[in-house]
Amino acid sequence: MTPGSYIPTEYFPVLILMLVSIAFGLGIILIGGLVRLRRPYKEKLTPYECGNPMVGAPREQFSIKFYIIAMLFVIFDVEAVFLYPWALVYENIGLYALIAMILFIDILLAGYVYAWSKKAFEW
Amino acid sequence: MNEIFGTLGLQNTSFIFQLLIVLVKIAVVIAVTMLHVAYATYFERKVIGHMQVRLGPMRVGPHGLLQPIADGVKLFFKEDIIPTAADKTIFQIAPLVAVFATLSSLAVIPFFETFYIANINVGILYLFAMSSLGAYSIIMSGWSSNSKYSFLGGLRSSAQVVSYEIAMAFSLVSIMLMAGSLNLVEIVQAQQQYWYGMYLFPQIVAYVVFMIAAFAETNRTPFDLPEAESELVAGYFVEYSGMRFALFFLGEYIGMIVMSSLAVVCFWGGWTIPPILTQLFPFLSNIPGIFWFIIKVYFHIFLFYWVRATLPRYRYDKLMALGWKILIPVALGNLVVTSIIKYIF
Repeated sequence: MTPGSYIPTEYFPVLILMLVSIAFGLGIILIGGLVRLRRPYKEKLTPYECGNPMVGAPREQFSIKFYIIAMLFVIFDVEAVFLYPWALVYENIGLYALIAMILFIDILLAGYVYAWSKKAFEW
Repeated sequence: MNEIFGTLGLQNTSFIFQLLIVLVKIAVVIAVTMLHVAYATYFERKVIGHMQVRLGPMRVGPHGLLQPIADGVKLFFKEDIIPTAADKTIFQIAPLVAVFATLSSLAVIPFFETFYIANINVGILYLFAMSSLGAYSIIMSGWSSNSKYSFLGGLRSSAQVVSYEIAMAFSLVSIMLMAGSLNLVEIVQAQQQYWYGMYLFPQIVAYVVFMIAAFAETNRTPFDLPEAESELVAGYFVEYSGMRFALFFLGEYIGMIVMSSLAVVCFWGGWTIPPILTQLFPFLSNIPGIFWFIIKVYFHIFLFYWVRATLPRYRYDKLMALGWKILIPVALGNLVVTSIIKYIF
């Protein structure tokens, strides 16, 4: 097989379902648009704050912790993605795969312990 | 036209035929899912009602059976309010993303032996991709609403979803290791080699981690902090109304089906029953697989309601501590132990 000639036909139904689900969501909103009420006025269109007038800006400063969690997520999720192909071929490679992956996990474990000791998981 | 179909790897006549089959399958799956979502709300209110010694919905129809239809019609006629301060385009797209991410996850779920929309060999990876996409709808709605409650709800929810996704991924890597495949059909078939026919017993640790993470991923109680109504009103979708709110609701309930189906496929042997049972009672093999699949999925959906009626909401710092300090090390340890045991035997 020449490179670029492979067409993943088994993914074709997935593509159709994706298109159908977008059409489904759009369809519900559009059909609803034909029958529903439209009576907007100024107070109704203000952000909801339990009936009081809005105080301050809606997008205030927020905790730095959310950034740290996002960064840690990227690291650990990429680690998980590296584990997928390893799990698939593990039976064929055997001991070498086991040792290599335990070393890989150990390196990440060191980072994990460091993050824990720096109180990245405390709120 | 024939040349185009030819490059698609399909014969010209069979292409239309295959397309029809796929469309019919999709129609069946979506219709059953919608019916399920409608009555899942009824089932939930009844279950929680009876657990709290109430009757639940009783007024609309006999035993309130028409309640979901009445709710749907009501939502259909409700005004679609878009706040003036909102970022209109993103505000309008966000619920579509929510329903898109969960509805297209159904593509790879094998409902029984020969019924699935697509049998792709990266099934679990696809499901993870779609559940990550769900986080976008939360961030988009939380940010674009331009309201304090939805902003805080969106932040909390996205941090929670990404944290628990790691634990969920690690718990499923052990399953991939046991089955040697990412294909959900092959994972179900691989479980038949045991007399008990499921990974639930050798992978009980992974199952517990997976279920806890599934509750957090679908934002259900006890991890429903993004929606914590006593502090955030409704969290990231507080500004939504009418059909757009209904789409978020739909997304949450389809998400529950997807997570329950994934748990059933990966840990409970999908549509199969333990081989020991079919050996002892041969007549059981005449019952179609979809029956067992639905029973197992509904057990898990009942579990979602049961936990909601039993447990109070978690505190946010405890939620993050549970995810990062307990579930991730436990799932990783389980993975290492599984790989060592698999190497020895």
